[in-house]
Amino acid sequence: MKKIKYILISILFSFLFIILYLSLDNEKIYNTQDLIGKKISEVEINLFQSNRTINTKELTNNEFTVLNFWASWCGPCRDEHPNLVRLSKIKNLKLIGINFKDNKDNAKTFLKENGNPFDLLAEDKDGKNSINFGVYGIPETILIDSELRILKKYIGPLNIKEVNEIRKIVKK
Amino acid sequence: MKNIISSLLLFFFITSVSYGNEDVTDQILKNLRCLVCQGQTVSDSNSEFALIIKSVVKDKIKEGKSEKEIYNFLSDKYGDWILLNPPLKKNSYVLWFLPYLLFILGAIFLFFLLKKPKIRP
Repeated sequence: MKKIKYILISILFSFLFIILYLSLDNEKIYNTQDLIGKKISEVEINLFQSNRTINTKELTNNEFTVLNFWASWCGPCRDEHPNLVRLSKIKNLKLIGINFKDNKDNAKTFLKENGNPFDLLAEDKDGKNSINFGVYGIPETILIDSELRILKKYIGPLNIKEVNEIRKIVKK
Repeated sequence: MKNIISSLLLFFFITSVSYGNEDVTDQILKNLRCLVCQGQTVSDSNSEFALIIKSVVKDKIKEGKSEKEIYNFLSDKYGDWILLNPPLKKNSYVLWFLPYLLFILGAIFLFFLLKKPKIRP
């Protein structure tokens, strides 16, 4: 009888210990791993300099596309800008800049000062369209292939290491 | 008289529908995690992200989307992490069944602990 009690107690404690130990390694922050391999939504995006829209379906014409969400009021966007300029030199990669909740004149001045690396400039005035792309803060960068599948999603400013990673992926 | 009654009925119908929508919106927002906050729901937060999600959820409800469709849409975009009530999936079995398992183990343990030993004559 006593034996059963001890066995039950030890099972219970070992079980709790394992669960608690495994929870230590469990990350409690949002990461984008679940989104890799998923397709982006086929939605209309408003172009920045005209009243036209484009559908993300049209991006299937590009071998690889980078969607970058940015704003002139966002400090980290200024930091990552030279890296976007670097990306713009890659031939089989199209860069689409989506200006997020910004003042148009400020955005234009930003690009004039820092250079315009984007093949196409779009805007998301109220930020609602960014939800279709799973954006939760800016800057954010999404690399997709010709089937609109997400290959990489970078939260925060792009660094040189990530630029090289994108270079490697598109060269394959 | 007929006109007054019909206007009143229309008024009650419209207000009940709009209050109904507000309840559903509130319920959905309370079940969504604010990804940029520490332990807050979208409903509790006034962050930029939460404000956009609130507005998107309201739009979806106006479009006639159901609660489940809205959760599916958001978990498709942000993963299940955005849902405070994660769906029953293979990797969440432990999360869902662990309390029941612990309860059963506890009951077995108590049973043996409280079981009076048989008095031998």
